[in-house]
Amino acid sequence: MKRRDFIQLSSMGLGAMMGASIPVLGNVVPVEQLLEPAVDAAIKKKMADVALNVAKSKGATYTDVRIGRYLQQYLFTRETRVQNIVNAESYGVGIRVIANGTWGFAATSDVSNEGIAKCTETAVAIAKANSKIQTEPVVLAPQKGVGEVTWKTPIKKNAFEVPVQEKIDLLMKVNGEAMKNGAGFVTSNLFFVNEQKYFASSDGSYIDQDIHRIWPTFTVTAVDKQAGKFKSRDAISSPMGMGYEYLDGLASEKIAGPNGLVGYRNSYDMVEDAIMSAKQAKEKMTAKSVMPGKYDLVLDPNHLGLTIHESVGHPTELDRVLGYEANYAGTSFATLDKWKTKSFNYGSKQVNIVADKTQPYTLGTVGYDDEGVPCKEWDLIKDGILVNYQAIRDQVNILGENASHGCCYADNWNSVQFQRMPNVSLRPGKEKLNVQEMIKGVEKGIYIIGRGSYSIDQQRYNFQFGGQLFYEIKNGEIVGMLDDVAYQSNTQEFWNSCVQICDKDDYRTFGSFFDGKGQPSQVSAVSHGSSTTRFNGVNIINTGRKIG
Amino acid sequence: MAILTKEEAKKIIDKVLAFSKADEMSVNLTGSRTGNIRYARNTVSTSGESYDLSLSVTAVYGKRSGTSTINEFDDKSLEKTVRRAEEIARLAPENPEYVPMLGPQTYLESNTFLQSTADINPEYRAKVAFDSIDPCRKKNLTAAGYLEDTTDFFAMGNSKGLFGYNKSTSVEFSVTVRSADGTGSGYVSRDFNDAAKLNAKASTEIAMQKAMASVSAKALEPGKYTVILEPTAALDLIQNMMRSIDARNADEGRSFLSKKGGGTRLGEKLFDERVTIYSDPTNIDIPKAGFSLDGRPQEKVTWVDKGVVKNMAYSRFWAQKQGVKAVPPPQGFIMTGGTQSLADLIKGTQKGILVTRLWYIRAVDPQTLLYTGLTRDGTFYIENGQIKYPVKNFRFNESPIIMLNNLEAMGVPARVNGSMIPPLKIRDFTFTSLSDAV
Repeated sequence: MKRRDFIQLSSMGLGAMMGASIPVLGNVVPVEQLLEPAVDAAIKKKMADVALNVAKSKGATYTDVRIGRYLQQYLFTRETRVQNIVNAESYGVGIRVIANGTWGFAATSDVSNEGIAKCTETAVAIAKANSKIQTEPVVLAPQKGVGEVTWKTPIKKNAFEVPVQEKIDLLMKVNGEAMKNGAGFVTSNLFFVNEQKYFASSDGSYIDQDIHRIWPTFTVTAVDKQAGKFKSRDAISSPMGMGYEYLDGLASEKIAGPNGLVGYRNSYDMVEDAIMSAKQAKEKMTAKSVMPGKYDLVLDPNHLGLTIHESVGHPTELDRVLGYEANYAGTSFATLDKWKTKSFNYGSKQVNIVADKTQPYTLGTVGYDDEGVPCKEWDLIKDGILVNYQAIRDQVNILGENASHGCCYADNWNSVQFQRMPNVSLRPGKEKLNVQEMIKGVEKGIYIIGRGSYSIDQQRYNFQFGGQLFYEIKNGEIVGMLDDVAYQSNTQEFWNSCVQICDKDDYRTFGSFFDGKGQPSQVSAVSHGSSTTRFNGVNIINTGRKIG
Repeated sequence: MAILTKEEAKKIIDKVLAFSKADEMSVNLTGSRTGNIRYARNTVSTSGESYDLSLSVTAVYGKRSGTSTINEFDDKSLEKTVRRAEEIARLAPENPEYVPMLGPQTYLESNTFLQSTADINPEYRAKVAFDSIDPCRKKNLTAAGYLEDTTDFFAMGNSKGLFGYNKSTSVEFSVTVRSADGTGSGYVSRDFNDAAKLNAKASTEIAMQKAMASVSAKALEPGKYTVILEPTAALDLIQNMMRSIDARNADEGRSFLSKKGGGTRLGEKLFDERVTIYSDPTNIDIPKAGFSLDGRPQEKVTWVDKGVVKNMAYSRFWAQKQGVKAVPPPQGFIMTGGTQSLADLIKGTQKGILVTRLWYIRAVDPQTLLYTGLTRDGTFYIENGQIKYPVKNFRFNESPIIMLNNLEAMGVPARVNGSMIPPLKIRDFTFTSLSDAV
């Protein structure tokens, strides 16, 4: 067993999609324990002050303390039965210091005064030991203390307070409806996360936050044993920074697409999507295999979000640009020299990409990041030009700025915080345009919906993306479903082929609930908003193969 | 305290089981010490150490089960945890697929614990980072690397008399070395149970050579090429295939092992006859615990013998339903190879591409096990038995099933990420596009 437990998902449907495992951060606990109230802020302030005082006395020039209680509830079902319900809680304190110009970090689940003091001493000792081989002393952007403040995700229904039976009933209904409509197999899942985070720093901040996230999802599979074929369709839900109210399935939040397709904005109808999925999985069995070549692509927000994530989100992370991730995720083609020209055409003029941690209902939105910086919105790409990166307190000086962007995050109290992706979203088009009107203008194209297979190189040039649903467009009309579709492109070429973006009424967010980065690897959750967007002349390959 | 001996662990487990009022009860006890150091831009970036010890109790009434976990070990806390697990079990829905717990088992012994790794301290980690950074700095190269060492134990026992204990160590090291201008990159990764086998300096030198040799790569047209996959590159694809050998998926018609018309391809020759893959917990290069987390013994199992599928992995429920032996999935595997070195394989190649590492591999089609991904950190053109020049990275779309039918030659297996895998020479490997990434 490694540092963390993982739930293996290889036979639970999500395997191919998520890299086969789901991290569980903490101990398995009875469900009632998840409802126990958060530790009182006054007590946490006292605990934090122990660390701040010890660190100072040991010679630290900066200290931050994160006291965290991380709650997770995950439900896994298949067909008519519950496979697993995980209720997990993790509670402890992480202490980060600068001593001799070098970071040191230590964490402990022993939250007694003695435990915290000892842990703080370890953090300072590690900083001092590593300072001997340090060649780049830390330069920290100033951050004025914000005093004692609180922030809470504005949820309407706390998912942890909803009885487990109600959740099981929903998933059984989802599975039942999928089976009734032609699915051979179905797996469905609910993921709920609550981070109760207390941050204190030697700058004079004491920040108490209560953060909620939700992700309902499923995979429906149709099987034809005679033909030896199977096809799946995953949910087109999005993980959200919301409570259980996301599952209300409000009609007002549905967006009608072409061919009876439905998109979901800030409210999701899981049963309706399951019924559609079963029908579409069956339809995929007889869909025409795509003819490779150049096509104009019409990309649904539930698909485009992942392309934004991989081809804009990751390459504009400043730590990647600088080489801190070189041994794992890689570096970036979006180098500082390109940015400095102020004329690097990342995309066409239509392309405006914004970073934020403030958009309502999104995964990235919090009041303050994990180094006590108030969250904000800023431009990454403006009128097609690369204008900025994602940077935190010890990097932002490299950009000539003196305030952090506020996108530092740690996935647990025992993980050290580092630069993580904020929400990165494509601004909607300014002219009135819906997806039906966009399709009318396409002569030879493919309309793609949903998250499929995805792969991109370590500097974020070359990528290949699949999807859940592919529809062939001929002379402005959808003429049928396609199979074996993937598009390959180069990031700069692709974003420069962007010609049209639907208006704000089509805008929705896509999300990544378990985005991985760092060594040891940490997860984070991030949203990507966009409206349906058209890209011209993109290379499509056929992924069909025959074995034995 | 984090690493308990067999006797200490058994004492706690027996104490917990004595509190049980349930039909069946099982107890898992785990502890670990993990340390790491991370460096980039030729300087250390983060470093840490953490300890963990926890106990989990599962109580069962009929087909209802409940689990509770704790990390306090006084009698009162232990009893409370047992009562909690029993309470949860009583309220749980029946699991129609529940299979009663196993009784006493006999497990193979293997040497997974090495004191040299358990003794690792912060000074050792800093020295590894220095040994890796220093030669790079002297050659105007840039190192980014990571070392992680783990010492842990896992003990399990149940009310039917089963008991298992395993203590193990591991050390994992990897480094990426880049040329100062960013046009060359090389990588190396090593993993051992025994830290004495790790030579960070020598390993880093391999990555340095690759970084220097891969500068100013030329572009070749994508297409089908004969490739030599170094073990690090070969492992990723074969490992993905080995994770898909689940019998239930095959029986249900949704696996590459499902047969047209129903049934599975067990017993069929699916690969070149030189392909043999097995697992063995007592293998000295990749020793593993003699049992799975569910208590089943890990034995020597041949998965593919001379190209024929010989075994699939079962859950206990599915094996019982199908009336077969419940063979657990392997913890690491051994693919037998040949006697040639990597240099011999290169020497015997008229025209081909040497692939040292693959990256960002994702499933494209679970039916054919088609995967896409890219080459990374050193890709070279081979002509007349010699490496001629570095080439730009490619994107591939390839299935390990097709690959293992296009086998030309295999070299001596090496340990990669807990498995043994030979370098593989494969014809008609499909590259579908070029990447500018270095």
